[in-house]
Amino acid sequence: MNLFILASLIEPAIGLIFWTTITFILLLVLLGKFAWKPILNAIKTREKGIEDALASAERALNDMRELTSNNEKNLAEARAARDILMKEAREMKDAIIAEAKTKSQSEADRIMASAREQIMNEKNAAVAELKNQVATLSIEIAEKILRSELSSDEKQKALVNNLMKDVNLN
Amino acid sequence: MNNKINTFKKFFDICLLMFLLFIGFSNNLLASEPQDEITEPVHATANEHGHSEGGPVDITKVAFEHILDAHSWHFWGEGHDAVSAPLPVILKGSNGIACFMSSEFHHDTQGIIVVEKNGDRFVNFEEKIYYANPTPNEYGQYVTLTAEEKEVSVVNETPLDFSITKNVTQMFISVALLFWLFTSIAKAYKTQGITSAPKGKQSFFEPLIVFVRDDIAKGNIGQSSDKYVPYLLTVFFMILVNNVFGLVPIGANLTGNIAFTLVLSVATLIITNINGNKNYWSHIFFPHAPKAIWPILIPIEIVGIVTKPFALMIRLFANITAGHIIVISLVGLIFVFKTIYIAPVSVAFALFIDVLECLVAILQAYIFTMLTALFIGSAVADHNGDGAHDSDDKAMEAAGH
Repeated sequence: MNLFILASLIEPAIGLIFWTTITFILLLVLLGKFAWKPILNAIKTREKGIEDALASAERALNDMRELTSNNEKNLAEARAARDILMKEAREMKDAIIAEAKTKSQSEADRIMASAREQIMNEKNAAVAELKNQVATLSIEIAEKILRSELSSDEKQKALVNNLMKDVNLN
Repeated sequence: MNNKINTFKKFFDICLLMFLLFIGFSNNLLASEPQDEITEPVHATANEHGHSEGGPVDITKVAFEHILDAHSWHFWGEGHDAVSAPLPVILKGSNGIACFMSSEFHHDTQGIIVVEKNGDRFVNFEEKIYYANPTPNEYGQYVTLTAEEKEVSVVNETPLDFSITKNVTQMFISVALLFWLFTSIAKAYKTQGITSAPKGKQSFFEPLIVFVRDDIAKGNIGQSSDKYVPYLLTVFFMILVNNVFGLVPIGANLTGNIAFTLVLSVATLIITNINGNKNYWSHIFFPHAPKAIWPILIPIEIVGIVTKPFALMIRLFANITAGHIIVISLVGLIFVFKTIYIAPVSVAFALFIDVLECLVAILQAYIFTMLTALFIGSAVADHNGDGAHDSDDKAMEAAGH
């Protein structure tokens, strides 16, 4: 075993230290400036872009959801409002019809009553007139009959006889 | 990561640490004892890459040749037939800076061929450059070797070696690859726009980048993690790419080199401590404990500043090196037993370890980055009451793995 060679294994050579130091610093500076900076910036920008895109997608989804739920709410509200309106309209219609019915009934009743009254009045007047005329006519007829009955003596005697006959009967 | 793997890694870590400590210890012993100058080379068989015709193969030497740094990039072949790419050698010698190609040594690693520049004379002995002696010894070597029971050490002085070695070249290649890869990915975001799905390379690396940013950085540092993400990403991919290069047959073992892990962990040490807030420092200098034990606790806390990154350095180095040594040892069994019949066993085990190494390559990049984030996190965290202890305990526990 040659320890001479082994010793050179663990003795750092000055030349290699010198060149490594220079090269490593140079590599660090060059890569830092021309490689790591643009690469890391690009990766960071992309990650930020992805993050932003995800966030905005999430936001859009939430907005959509909100919009949908709003729409449903609006629709339900509208439906309810329509139902109320229809119900009110139906009620109003029924009320109007009912009112119209009662009004027309009472009017009809009133007209009928007044017509009946008038008819009664007319009838009474007509009956009264008829009565008067009949009375007058009867008187006239009676007068004429009397006149014709009493126009001759025989006739007067006949009458008297007749009347006397009746009386006898009584 | 599941517990089984962690336990396994822990076991490895401990074994290697002990192994390394042993090496360091025995080396010191060696240095403290009187050394006799020797004239004969200890490795009589080692003149040509450690193996001569028919002689025993020094597997240790071969293994360490694969693991250690070298001045040329060896592809295949032995000795003078070796196919390798020459790399620049840059030395700060006594007479100024000397630059030449490693091919001037003509594949010599035994200190035989002398290269003369600016009046300084250099030799390559076991991939380390020394000042050459004026005259060769009887084996033609221009270095003075001492030995204590067959353990060799070199007496010669060394120049400061700033060579573009195999590991440095590997690092340049990996850095170029990383730069091309990630700038082209960055461009893809510009041309295709950020809204389109990632394609090709982009789709492979984006999850890794996001993983480092979210799980490693944000998970351990918290609010202020953005500032540290570029550092963590750079460390993660630097280690990952070089771990993978290390697994490729011709690739160099950069992440298994202590100098490399040293620099990375020193970077972590610096970043952790310059960003340490009031809570972090007060936890070190005014611990939540009775004043009587402060004299013990404060030095421990101060040492703790260094031990955390030190553990990082050892962990990565040891894990990667261990894997490579195991693979080459298994393959080496064939040459040790000198029979083809051992080959299926070697190949099966080497395959298993290789697959494990693929996991380790990713795991160690993750662990280094994660622990760095954890240390930064504990330095910048707002310590509120018990939370302080929790995060600190977590850090210490993780550092122990």
